[in-house]
Amino acid sequence: MDSMTMIAMASIVMAGFTTSIGCIGPALGEGRAVSTALSALAQQPDASATITRTLFVGLAMIESTAIYSFVVSMILIFANPFWNYAIAQTAGP
Amino acid sequence: MRLSPDELIFWQSGFFKINATIAFTWGLMFVLAVGSTLITRNLSTELQRSRWQNILEMIVIGIGKQIEEAGLHHWRKYLGFLGTLFLFVATATVFTIVPGYEPPTGSLSTTVALALCVFVAVPMFGIQEQGVGNYLRSYTSPTLIMLPFNIISEVSRTLALAVRLFGNMMSGAMIIGILLSITPLVFPILMTALGLLTGMVQAYIFAILAAVYIAAATRVRNSKLQPDTNPARQ
Repeated sequence: MDSMTMIAMASIVMAGFTTSIGCIGPALGEGRAVSTALSALAQQPDASATITRTLFVGLAMIESTAIYSFVVSMILIFANPFWNYAIAQTAGP
Repeated sequence: MRLSPDELIFWQSGFFKINATIAFTWGLMFVLAVGSTLITRNLSTELQRSRWQNILEMIVIGIGKQIEEAGLHHWRKYLGFLGTLFLFVATATVFTIVPGYEPPTGSLSTTVALALCVFVAVPMFGIQEQGVGNYLRSYTSPTLIMLPFNIISEVSRTLALAVRLFGNMMSGAMIIGILLSITPLVFPILMTALGLLTGMVQAYIFAILAAVYIAAATRVRNSKLQPDTNPARQ
């Protein structure tokens, strides 16, 4: 198995692992945030505007951690620096 | 599949190239500048107003209220900067309903540029508000040991600001691209609607985070003399 196959295999497998493991934490966090916000809404329907706005901001902040791992896996697949390096090595002098 | 609109090049001459990011940014700038110029050409203070003036007043007052809630009490001073950030990111999202358009915020260069604007603006407003000495002293705020960590947080939150916006916009475009090749009938439209929602939320968050950072930098350090009347704002 040459180095390019190694790099391709490791990149693809790790891209899947990055997104799947990186999504576990934010998913749990978002679930907790939404459930707490729902019980807060049930107790105080008058404060719904503030709760909803804070919830959306919080959700987007939590979600961004999942987005970071998604960006990393996209880089691994579409803009892999090691892959480009290996291609340059084989095509080089 | 393209990762970002940077790779779609319209025109190239040697080192200079005009890619989709630059072209669509110029388009957005054109729409925003010409649109607001046309609307503000004949403003009226009477009860009879054009509806465009009404909607522009609603937008400006709404942004101002949000800035004030983030802790900046003289919101008119910061409206130019924060309002422009919000309006640019929001229009970049809204125009995704136009076919053939790709949001320039889906490119890392645009979001890094916006985040660098925040990175520069925060110390600027801070120095303007409380002077160079007091602002620099705020880096060592609890103790001197915190100095490197404060500097690291300054850099890392700029990075987070850039990557958050880029990741959200890029993932929206990417998911639509993938769905177009799998189920081209209805689902891309649904995902476009979801992308509009997340894009607007991201625009709001980008502006509100910049407002919070500026509020933290401009807060005058006399809390020992007179405690803040509103502890929830801290």
